[in-house]
Amino acid sequence: MTDLTRLSLAAARAGLKARDFSAAELTDAYLAAIERANPKLNAYVAITADAARASAKASDEKLGAGQGGPLEGIPLGVKDLFGTKGVHTQAASHILDGFRPEYESTVTSNLWRDGALMLGKLNMDEFAMGSSNETSFYGPVINPWRAANSNANLVPGGSSGGSAAAVSAWLCAGATATDTGGSIRQPAAFTGTVGIKPTYGRCSRWGVVAFASSLDQAGPIARTVEDAAILMTSMAGFDPKDSTSVDRAVPDFAAAVERGVKGLVIGVPGEYRMDGMPGEIEKLWQQGLDWLRAEGATIRDISLPHTKYALPAYYIVAPAEASSNLARYDGVKYGLRVTGRDITDMYELTRAEGFGREVKRRVMIGTYVLSAGYYDAYYVRAQKVRTLIKRDFEQVFDAGIDAILTPATPSAAFGVGDEDMKADPVKMYLNDIFTVTVNMAGLPGIAVPAGKDGQGLPLGLQLIGRPFDEETLFAAARVIERSANTDFAPSPWW
Amino acid sequence: MAVDAATVKKIGRLARIRVNEDEVEKYQAELNAILGFVEQLDEVDVTGVEPMTSVTPMQLRRREDKVTDGGYPEKIVANAPLSEDNFFMVPKVIE
Repeated sequence: MTDLTRLSLAAARAGLKARDFSAAELTDAYLAAIERANPKLNAYVAITADAARASAKASDEKLGAGQGGPLEGIPLGVKDLFGTKGVHTQAASHILDGFRPEYESTVTSNLWRDGALMLGKLNMDEFAMGSSNETSFYGPVINPWRAANSNANLVPGGSSGGSAAAVSAWLCAGATATDTGGSIRQPAAFTGTVGIKPTYGRCSRWGVVAFASSLDQAGPIARTVEDAAILMTSMAGFDPKDSTSVDRAVPDFAAAVERGVKGLVIGVPGEYRMDGMPGEIEKLWQQGLDWLRAEGATIRDISLPHTKYALPAYYIVAPAEASSNLARYDGVKYGLRVTGRDITDMYELTRAEGFGREVKRRVMIGTYVLSAGYYDAYYVRAQKVRTLIKRDFEQVFDAGIDAILTPATPSAAFGVGDEDMKADPVKMYLNDIFTVTVNMAGLPGIAVPAGKDGQGLPLGLQLIGRPFDEETLFAAARVIERSANTDFAPSPWW
Repeated sequence: MAVDAATVKKIGRLARIRVNEDEVEKYQAELNAILGFVEQLDEVDVTGVEPMTSVTPMQLRRREDKVTDGGYPEKIVANAPLSEDNFFMVPKVIE
């Protein structure tokens, strides 16, 4: 029997519908793959085998009767940040020890509504804070990709490192993820997978553990552009329980995938050409432009003057919002409780022990920039810069730009425990330099694998789109995927 | 704008995160590294610019002031470290 886990989500869906194989067989294939791989890759923090098999059985009954939703019988991985009823939901943190929500997030509810089933919860950086999946309470995720002639463990990126690694290593047909500063797009780029962060408001944040409420968005990671579009259609949609959810119809995103880019104007922002950017990335960027041009797009140089201020502004706004959102973890209602002499001890000791270093760092910075005497100098100023960043994009879109092409990351995947990154928190933050602008402006952004570096590691390109125009992103990403014509498959060493 | 040791301790109290004496220096260095990084925002001319309050232009949606949920306290306390009679039990708050 062919390895069912190697099928794309779209192909698996077609195979299930044609009854070439059953949902039970597909689910068993993935569960077996997870059992073999997870001790090495650490992508899953909880595996829900019994529930998955039960769901598969129910899906097989529907499929047998010629019924079923658009994702019937499709096994997915779910980032540990999504509330899944009765199942481990800890945002990869010690402070949420044992937490099993009594509710289901809207995004995952949508997926189950459409017939998908859950294989388990995926590892991530703690509270979605990180760019390498090294801050998780459960230990790092290992990238299924390795550099040529090397046994060194590489990071899959973060914070959705588990999601990206699981998709890349054929441990699920697709995965849910979230993106606050690049946490879908950067790990997708590091693992040769496709990841899209939709427009702010496109997916509901209800039931998703909050990091930075004005930046967080849920989105899929998948092996192909088409797969990501299929998942996006199910995940998205208006939700009255999320006050920032936008009441806008969800297009059939998969229908846009083969649209092509003829007549589109693609912007190239000079400010994304960073000092010291590796030649390979510059070259890949040009290659991406050539591919789009060859398919009928017009390329235009543009300027987004406030680009360099997006990352520093993000490192004020995001920690500030996080300090507020994480105030609820106090040992009272759920998770870890550490007792002392009194209630203050309980709060302080619980949070000191329950939160990891990076989380504490960001809560501290956030608390500081919101505190009396500093609020105006830091937080208000950063929010003003944010207005300017968004305005840069608005002006460019008003001038006729349909989408913008940029690199996704400043490098390929780096080593686990990289000394430089450990020594300086800011160095780790620079991994998001191309991606944070998109969250700050609330725009949609997609990362698509486009090439490999000199060591055979995947490199991605990013497309940034107009608000609510994810369709153009899927169409342009598809052109890049087709033109790259590369099977982004890691060599299994696990 | 750099933080000193006293400020680090004050932030710890505000954030309700215990900062031990031997941790202060490391926090100070890390926080100052970040503050040093964000200092470049001072270069930007923000005269007449409104701070962004709404990511996607929209007005806050309202709903009818009706009770449409609730009545299951046992679910609310289900994950509590300590609970009794559907109350969250905590150490004494008021002297």
